[in-house]
Amino acid sequence: MTYLGIILTYVFVSNLVLSQFLGLCPFIGVSKNTESAVGMGFAVTFVMSLATLITWALQNFVLVPLRIEFLQTVTFILVIASLVQLVEMAVRKFSPPLYQALGIYLPLITTNCGVLGIALISVNAEYGPMESFLAGLSAGIGFLLALLLMSGIRERLDTERVPRHLKGSPIAFISGGLMALAFMAFDKALLSNLIGG
Amino acid sequence: MRDIFKGLLKENPIFVLALGLCPSLAVSTSVNNALGMSLATFLVLLGSNIAISLLARHIPDEIHIPAYIVVIATFVTLVDMSMQAWLPALSQSLGIFIPLIVVNCIILGRAEAFASKNPVGASILDAVAMGLGFAVGLVAIALVREILGAGSITIVPGILEFAVPGLSEKPVLVFAFPAGALIVVGFLQALFRWLGEVTEK
Repeated sequence: MTYLGIILTYVFVSNLVLSQFLGLCPFIGVSKNTESAVGMGFAVTFVMSLATLITWALQNFVLVPLRIEFLQTVTFILVIASLVQLVEMAVRKFSPPLYQALGIYLPLITTNCGVLGIALISVNAEYGPMESFLAGLSAGIGFLLALLLMSGIRERLDTERVPRHLKGSPIAFISGGLMALAFMAFDKALLSNLIGG
Repeated sequence: MRDIFKGLLKENPIFVLALGLCPSLAVSTSVNNALGMSLATFLVLLGSNIAISLLARHIPDEIHIPAYIVVIATFVTLVDMSMQAWLPALSQSLGIFIPLIVVNCIILGRAEAFASKNPVGASILDAVAMGLGFAVGLVAIALVREILGAGSITIVPGILEFAVPGLSEKPVLVFAFPAGALIVVGFLQALFRWLGEVTEK
């Protein structure tokens, strides 16, 4: 697949949240206001782009040559957890304002299944290094997009009258469902029309 | 006994605690997948709860999260490999959601909140309760989605399959897609809240 194809695929067609069911916990948990949605979105994008690149290297330079692919799950999750920790430390040291903005979201990313998900998806699709990086980056952007749209909807919902039992996360799920319905317009046929592949 | 039933309604992991949503939505297109996923999650939960309740005292506090994650990942790998060997069709249809059990917040959540502070026996019970609650939630979602989205109920493919008359010729396809899943979960969450309130009284 071309680079453009990968970007369009993971931002729109296979949007992590709206069509692959990955990263739903923060999608519901952190989408209460736009500011935190953007913070979380950027933090995830950052970690995903790095994580896919590093797990690609790990898979191709360590796991496959040593024929220990069965340790994939263990190693990937450890790499992601330590990467998140490293990123947190680096951001705190080198860019205090960025840390102020992203800080509290960083530790939460380890348990965002989107990060491990996109790493596994890229490895299964046998992408090269550049493709893996782009897949991670665009998956992150897709996540950011979904989170941003959702937070806009939820800010509006706060001022609406919602039936008592549907308040909070149930209505958020239903709105998310309607949003996913709209995202179904971005399908593989549209993609091949756009980029001719 | 009370402890086992807490997972079903009052502390249902999916609908009330809103944990472990990603895998539950992704694999709930058929009842068969939902049962398989529940079984895999339960086995991992059981293993990690036992191991962690035994090990918790020996793990230094600063590194307990990474240590728990390694324990969990080990059980996930075991379950993943066993499923590939014995249930290849199921393992194929669950795909990357088996390795993703590692980041299912139910498991780390129970390790952190329960197993690390309680003896083995209680941790096993907790795993059974939570696993049961997860299974009930997952099967409930899958039942609604499969009946509406495919017009069938598949418990064991090829052996125990039912077609729903009327719906199997013209299913409401949207329920097989992510959009339908999110909507179903939303309404089921509201239903469980209402049930919780009713049984409270």
